[in-house]
Amino acid sequence: MSDATVRGAALSDATWENACLAAALVALDPAGTGVVLRARPGPVREAWLDRLRALLPEGTPVTRLPAAIADDALLGGLDLPATLATGRPVAQPGLLARSHGGVVLVPMAERLAPGTAARIAQGLDTHSVEVARDGIATRHPARFGLVLLDEGEGEDEAVPACLADRAALHLDLDGVSVGALAAAPPVPGLAAARSARPEGPPEAAEMLCAVAARLGIASLRAPLLALRAARLHAALAGRARVDDSDLAAAAGLVLAPRARLWPSEEAGAASEPPPPDRDQVGGADRDNDDPNGESRSLDDRVLAAVAARLPPGLLARLLAGHGPRTRSPGAGRAGAAASARRGRPVGTRPGDPRRGRLALSETLRAAAPWQRLRRGDDEARLRITAQDLRIRRLVQKRETTTIFAVDASGSAALERLAEAKGAVESLLAECYIRRDRVALVAFRGRGADLLLVPTRSLVRAKRALASLPGGGGTPLAAGIEAAGRLAAAERRAGRSATVLLLTDGRANIARSGAPGRAQAGADALSAARVLAAEGTSALVIDTAAHPQESARALAAAMAARYLPMPQADAARLTQAVREAALPG
Amino acid sequence: MAPTHSALSRRAPKPGFSKPIVVDPAALPEAMVRPPYPFSAIVGQDGMRRALLVAAVDPAVGGVLVFGDRGTGKSTAVRALAALLPPMRAVAGCPYACDPVDAAAFCPACAARRGQGLTVKTVPVPVVDLPLGATEDRVVGALDIGRALGAGEKAFEPGLLARANRGFLYIDEVNLLEDHLVDLLLDVAASGVNAVEREGLSLRHPARFVLVGSGNPEEGELRPQLLDRFGLAVTVTTPADLASRVTIVRRRDAYERDPAGFAAEWAGEEARLGGQILAARAHLAEVEVPDAVLEAAARLCLALGTDGLRGELTLMRTARAVASLDGAGTVTLDHLREVAPSALSHRLRRNPLDEAGSEARIARALADILG
Repeated sequence: MSDATVRGAALSDATWENACLAAALVALDPAGTGVVLRARPGPVREAWLDRLRALLPEGTPVTRLPAAIADDALLGGLDLPATLATGRPVAQPGLLARSHGGVVLVPMAERLAPGTAARIAQGLDTHSVEVARDGIATRHPARFGLVLLDEGEGEDEAVPACLADRAALHLDLDGVSVGALAAAPPVPGLAAARSARPEGPPEAAEMLCAVAARLGIASLRAPLLALRAARLHAALAGRARVDDSDLAAAAGLVLAPRARLWPSEEAGAASEPPPPDRDQVGGADRDNDDPNGESRSLDDRVLAAVAARLPPGLLARLLAGHGPRTRSPGAGRAGAAASARRGRPVGTRPGDPRRGRLALSETLRAAAPWQRLRRGDDEARLRITAQDLRIRRLVQKRETTTIFAVDASGSAALERLAEAKGAVESLLAECYIRRDRVALVAFRGRGADLLLVPTRSLVRAKRALASLPGGGGTPLAAGIEAAGRLAAAERRAGRSATVLLLTDGRANIARSGAPGRAQAGADALSAARVLAAEGTSALVIDTAAHPQESARALAAAMAARYLPMPQADAARLTQAVREAALPG
Repeated sequence: MAPTHSALSRRAPKPGFSKPIVVDPAALPEAMVRPPYPFSAIVGQDGMRRALLVAAVDPAVGGVLVFGDRGTGKSTAVRALAALLPPMRAVAGCPYACDPVDAAAFCPACAARRGQGLTVKTVPVPVVDLPLGATEDRVVGALDIGRALGAGEKAFEPGLLARANRGFLYIDEVNLLEDHLVDLLLDVAASGVNAVEREGLSLRHPARFVLVGSGNPEEGELRPQLLDRFGLAVTVTTPADLASRVTIVRRRDAYERDPAGFAAEWAGEEARLGGQILAARAHLAEVEVPDAVLEAAARLCLALGTDGLRGELTLMRTARAVASLDGAGTVTLDHLREVAPSALSHRLRRNPLDEAGSEARIARALADILG
């Protein structure tokens, strides 16, 4: 107990130290770096932001992006009062242009609309903002750094991937205790570092690309950003050349948080220290009423064992768009569908009020500049034409269903099945918090059974899980197909669906119901490809004691994220990155 | 590291504008924007590069759609195209940059002034980057707001479609664009004419441009009816081999650190590629298409069940442009084989039960028909 507390505190201190280092790198070159800061609003986050402000040169603009910002405020548009007063069109620069040379702070970045994110990304790429709105055509320089504050509590919105990909540093401050703040390193002076331009060793790019590949990071921005971070790190330390410690630090800061593969493949069940805040979900879950007394003690123990091995918030991260493919059908906006009459407003557009809700003030704004032209003899009358009419754009949140497809066959030995159940229970709890629906498909023997139709009831889900018997063959193809059918039905009902497949990947019952390993494996892969072709997002959790190549291949065919359950934890990952980063 | 764009920040106005800026479209601060990444410095992505070059050689192929993962250089490639294209001759002072030798495509003003003799100047080929959040009035063109306010008179102020005439119109994140704007752009791109009917204005002007769209499948799929309005569709993926990845990161890093120096380094290569485009354009009409190739193209489209003749036409045009780029006098079956995926893959009916992707189906059909 006390041991764990000490370890937790040490981890908290280390995380904070790391975050302070990140703040210094951002302050050196805001536009060249960028941060995704995952933290709840609170003293820790404020301390980090204060630190960043203190490190930035005096007078650097730090602008906060208001929630649901409209295009004219973000990009710029017509300054209506000035235009009417002067009788000439007067352009007003938007928030991005006003932040030129500074930092844009995005609170609740996980709620940023895809369109807004794309506009910001365009600004980051072109270092400018082009305005083509309301009769204005102009371009403003806009080179800014981005600080994305991710406050997601497992909501199905996350920091838009297009911005997360462009942000060099991904920090998670949720494990930092207030006590750690006191132990912060002093704020360094950055004047010297700002003018330094350290050179990198020529093999740095190669090394960072290799590390990124080992971690399964597809984006090429990651090694590029890591290279930049390494230079900044060297400048910070006053070195004229980038050395191994800079590269290691950069890989730890930029690459490790993006890892999609765990580089260490040892399947050993070494005892790993549980990170401090990991158990919250599981803990809350265990206190709930459980009608199934007989299976409780075993599940309880297994739950604790498994919860320690799954990365925290894994499901939320996957669902929220960090999985390899979260194509959402329909409107192309993850988790949201455009709607004419219902939902929350996301701006306005020209349109007929008979097909939407009239936005009065926007309509008047649109009509205002033309009044002088339209006005005839009647000076007092406001002239509004069809082109001026603006209606509200609304989007509705899309509900999500998580479909658990659980391998209950004999090959998933009894003990592993119990662990799998434990994993499912902890994930169920996450779904419950997210107010998602869950469904349960189990496959064993000759076919797959839908044990639980999509429901929001945690108790029903637990009951179905507890009564899940084990043993028999592995009809993997049937299981995947059953989950796929259910996903398709959910999509037809206007919900998005994600399949979570827990299996060891060792299929031995073919689609026809006949036993045979080769045919069964081929059938499973083809079912997986169909699932991917339909655009169903998926996650494969390998429940085998040693990670299986077959399960990995299955995940690849499914375009799913692959996660072996005998899991190394975050601390060990960072360790692996360090080792990979230091050749020789 | 010091900010790498010190020259840039020196020119830029101080952050935090105290006074509103009065618009002067003639004085767009182009100089503040760094030079684009050179087209010839792009590593790999042969399909995308080839498709863009084909569109530059023969705009009649009808637009390019680039779909792919993040950070694969989609936008980079399209924006780089602008610098690569050789300049063109245009009527001086014409907002649509009318071609002085193509009287049939004149705008009303040029047609009216034709008798008096038109002055000609050389201008860069426009590559208009449709800004996200552009409103319909700026895309189509609308009443000149300055003159409407100041003098109370009705004058047409051309929009982005006018600026794109005879060039390229690029839509980044095409799947995020409002539906009504996408429909409008596709309609104009297909007809080559922008018909303006708004605020009491009624006019038509030429708007012939190559539509280039890019998008990320993760942000949502494109409507099928939008897909086959593009002549060519290419999918780009992040290169998987370490050597190309390292080269990309190295070049990109060199560019980020010194955009102007990097561009200068690649200037020779860019000029060579620009020359290749010019030569290919000049020889395009002379490239022969043998009957055997025409027949093979027809059978290929039949076997794949592509709808309508559009696929076949695009296939032929693209094969001819590719042959011309290669300096060949005749289109061969190899050319056909090369261009078939980009010309046809987006025209196939989707069948979720067919596990093979559309590219694999085309490969199969190619093997069956061309042997």
